[in-house]
Amino acid sequence: MVSADLTLVLPEILLAIYAMGMLLVAVYTTKDGLASTLVWMTAAVMAALGVWIATTGEGTTTAFNGMLVLDGFARFAKVTILLSAAAVLIMSEAYMKSRDLLRFEYPLLVALSAVGMMVMVSAGDLMALYMGLELQSLALYVVASLRRDSVKSTEAGLKYFVLGALSSGLLLYGASLVYGYAGTTLFSGIIETAQHGDVSLGLLFGLVFLISGMAFKVSAVPFHMWTPDVYEGSPTPVTAFFATAPKVAAMGLFARVLHDAFGNAVSDWSQIVALLSVLSMFLGAVAAIGQSNIKRLMAFSSIAHMGYALMGLAAGTVLGVQAMLIYMAIYVTMNVGTFAFILMMEKDGQPVTDIAALNMYSKREPGKALAMLVLLFSLAGVPPMLGFFGKFYVLRAAYEAGLAWLAVAGVIASVIGAYYYLRIVFYMYFGDESQEGLDGGGSNTVLWGFLMASAAVMVLGIANMFGVESAAAAAAATLVN
Amino acid sequence: MIGLEHYLTVAATLFVIGIFGLFLNRKNIIILLMSIELMLLAVNINLVAFSSFLDDLVGQVFTLFVLTVAAAEAAIGLAILVCFFRNRGTIAVEDVNVMKG
Repeated sequence: MVSADLTLVLPEILLAIYAMGMLLVAVYTTKDGLASTLVWMTAAVMAALGVWIATTGEGTTTAFNGMLVLDGFARFAKVTILLSAAAVLIMSEAYMKSRDLLRFEYPLLVALSAVGMMVMVSAGDLMALYMGLELQSLALYVVASLRRDSVKSTEAGLKYFVLGALSSGLLLYGASLVYGYAGTTLFSGIIETAQHGDVSLGLLFGLVFLISGMAFKVSAVPFHMWTPDVYEGSPTPVTAFFATAPKVAAMGLFARVLHDAFGNAVSDWSQIVALLSVLSMFLGAVAAIGQSNIKRLMAFSSIAHMGYALMGLAAGTVLGVQAMLIYMAIYVTMNVGTFAFILMMEKDGQPVTDIAALNMYSKREPGKALAMLVLLFSLAGVPPMLGFFGKFYVLRAAYEAGLAWLAVAGVIASVIGAYYYLRIVFYMYFGDESQEGLDGGGSNTVLWGFLMASAAVMVLGIANMFGVESAAAAAAATLVN
Repeated sequence: MIGLEHYLTVAATLFVIGIFGLFLNRKNIIILLMSIELMLLAVNINLVAFSSFLDDLVGQVFTLFVLTVAAAEAAIGLAILVCFFRNRGTIAVEDVNVMKG
């Protein structure tokens, strides 16, 4: 019995044991001397686990009396999380090494937070949800303040910690109310309580608190205040990590709780999620216009993108969850490429994050500028890039679920948002020639490769999306019934 | 007779005090950590009250998890605070303002 359960969570266990074992090895040997090796090893382990999860396991199974659920949805989210975390780790290595930032704790903390994320997306119980969320968050607080001799980085960590702890508190209060009014912490039990007629007031309060706690983690407006500061203050590779895997995990958790535990009360949460979605899209689009720092801009961009992903959830249908998964997969791919570009932005060996420094970048680096152009068009949702199809799916899901107003709002917000992406393109191609901009940014083949690969996916993916569409459809069908 | 609603009221009050402590406090970051702890303990009261009311042990198990995680959270919070203090030389809330957000 127990061994069968353990087999189901083997990927998580292996990754956790790997991280703890390597922590011991590194502490008792050369410490930071091992850091480079550890980054590559951790990335390899996570990528291997991702491939393993993608190729094995069929159907829906539960472990530990329903506390963990392993279905197509969990597998899809886990593969996305593991692969994107591995990609970001590989991208970080050279950048951190050249800036004397590479500590052996970094890859291991990323691995531990990945374990937390994997637990989050397959949580079938409020306790599993909380433990997964905290494992992820505690690791992320530390990673945010990784550059511990910098005021900005420690301040980012502090802000993230305080607001993150507040959100955990809200979520936990919601969990306690749900437990009290449903009489159980199991999602399968909660959904049965919600089945009989209308949802009781206490359960509804609990749901609202749970949603606000999770909205914090996906940085949806009005719970987004931490995002710009944390993105700006953290070292750039860490920002790249924040913008990818944790977002997928938090959206996965969101979908899991809403459908697995409250799937019978769609009308109760649909409006709340729709409100979060429309606010995020508009704030992300409008507030990014005035930003001159590209990391802050990416923070607002991610807020807007989370708004679109939430639009898929607000639909409350299989199509909506499918659209959300496709959107997140595309979003992560775009962000890996964009951050590969940001990591290469430097002048005289110093990292630069000012957008104006991209002046006439196309003259010096036509290849990179073109790839960035493709990515920015994709982020803005300009057809025929892949980003457009992500938006198209969520808009269609919202429209078919009777949320036409939300779809219209999404189109308007994406038009406003296109402005700030195109501004970067303008700087790169039609900037002021008299001003001096960035230099080539070294010859880092790894970052270059990620940038080019991501841009290529944005163009080539329009043919068949590399099968993500059908995989997401199968994954969504296992979650919603 | 003290019933479930009394416990829930106490917990809700403590929770709200914790939230207000986070937002109204302008003095010291340590107070923020105390407010966070207060919120988590309010949740624990809720859980134990429900657990006893429902005659179900799960709530108390949950409480133990929350206590453990709260300890880890406080440790990490203090560690980040120490790093911040070394760089900035102060732990006043109004000095956490290098980045405007």
